[in-house]
Amino acid sequence: MGLELYLDLLSQPCRAVYIFAKKIGVPFELRPVELLKGQHLQGFLPAGSPQVVPILKDGDFILHQSVAILIYLSCKYQAADHWYPADLQARARVHEYLGWHADFIRGTFGVSLWTQVLAPHIGAPVPEEKVTRNRAAVDSALQQLEEQVLGDKAFLAGPQLTLADLLALEELMQVVAMGRDVFAGRPRLAAWRGRVEAVLGADLCREAHGPILNVLAQAASKQLPQPPAEFRHWMLLRLSRIP
Amino acid sequence: MGLELYLDLLSQPCRAVYIFAKKIGVPFELRIVELLKGQHCSQEFIQVNPLRKVPVLKDGDFTLAESVAILLYLSRKYEAPDHWYPQDLQACARVDEYLAWQHTSLRRSCSMVLWQKMMLPQFLGERVPPEALAATMAELERCLQLLEDKFLKDDDFLAGPRISVADLVAITELMHPVSAGCSVFQTRPKLAAWQQRVEEEVGAGLFQEAHEVVLKARDLPPVDTAMKDQLKPLVEVLL
Repeated sequence: MGLELYLDLLSQPCRAVYIFAKKIGVPFELRPVELLKGQHLQGFLPAGSPQVVPILKDGDFILHQSVAILIYLSCKYQAADHWYPADLQARARVHEYLGWHADFIRGTFGVSLWTQVLAPHIGAPVPEEKVTRNRAAVDSALQQLEEQVLGDKAFLAGPQLTLADLLALEELMQVVAMGRDVFAGRPRLAAWRGRVEAVLGADLCREAHGPILNVLAQAASKQLPQPPAEFRHWMLLRLSRIP
Repeated sequence: MGLELYLDLLSQPCRAVYIFAKKIGVPFELRIVELLKGQHCSQEFIQVNPLRKVPVLKDGDFTLAESVAILLYLSRKYEAPDHWYPQDLQACARVDEYLAWQHTSLRRSCSMVLWQKMMLPQFLGERVPPEALAATMAELERCLQLLEDKFLKDDDFLAGPRISVADLVAITELMHPVSAGCSVFQTRPKLAAWQQRVEEEVGAGLFQEAHEVVLKARDLPPVDTAMKDQLKPLVEVLL
């Protein structure tokens, strides 16, 4: 059994792992896990792993956390240096971005899928106050991202595309998929996105972004799967943790 | 000018950087930035880090923020013994896995506990609704369970048989709720044993030194109105 990647392309970090693995030519078996059906809670994941995606399984070695998976793949499959540069300072810049990303992007940018689609889908709408707070947090993060984090640089961690850009793009696409064009009125971010997608390739982006870009339409035409009872409980818990 | 580290030992990530830098013998100049006095907003500090956060490393012209980035930079530049951040692909991945997970879970949870249980009521005179505190404590419990079950498991340290930067990051986080009076270790013997091992590896003296500020946080006098206004945005985030 070769390397396996347990992914749901509705998840931002899963898309980053998928795109990266495809882009650098990792030979892997895709193990789709449908979060909306609660499959991550129903034994679709390797025994003993936490109930999250993405998960990497390489023989007996099981790894979670997209950052760890991306770094592992980058090193094991000897990705081109720019992805995760060997240079001490260049590599530090990637980790510096990832620290900021964990505080301001991760968690925050995933909320609107929950408030706009998943909460209504299970009949548990989120208080308007939380929606407003999240929108403000997204706006504030985008402003910082455009003006201070990206600034005049070509990419988030320096002059070349790195893992940082991939993780960021997928988070921003999550909000775009919910109907908000985060690039409108933000010329630097828009240009950056163009540069990132030029390196990744339009076809790969289209393939990876397809499912999430289709979610709103699926919800509108009542095509989203009904979550099983135990998953509904997990979803309610997750919703309660939205600040 | 040698390497400078801008730190406030009240902050968990600053403590991890401090302990690590001392432990591996990095020659550095300590620059204290007192968050509770608003020093991170001073003109001087904004020059160093426009994003107004600590820890910050300044190595000649190279300025670096974010504790994980700083820890890994120091580890490599000063050739720390391999176990701190291993070369081996899978061993390294275990450390990366912990460092990634903790940032959006345990870190946030430990900050919330210190602030909601102690700092907000005592230092800022802000009332914290009991439901909010209960939810925060429940979240801490959830994170601690994951820490034990998914990371520590049956190993001596979080990423395997030897201590790594993951353990420093974790232990400094857990000292936050401890400083607020939570019995994190008394009810969890597995974690308590791990804590002992980490303290032994670090050295009791260095460990105490790094935690002196946060352990004394309960004795801080209430803040004046001017500072209270300045810290208001922080309060909104933490409630």
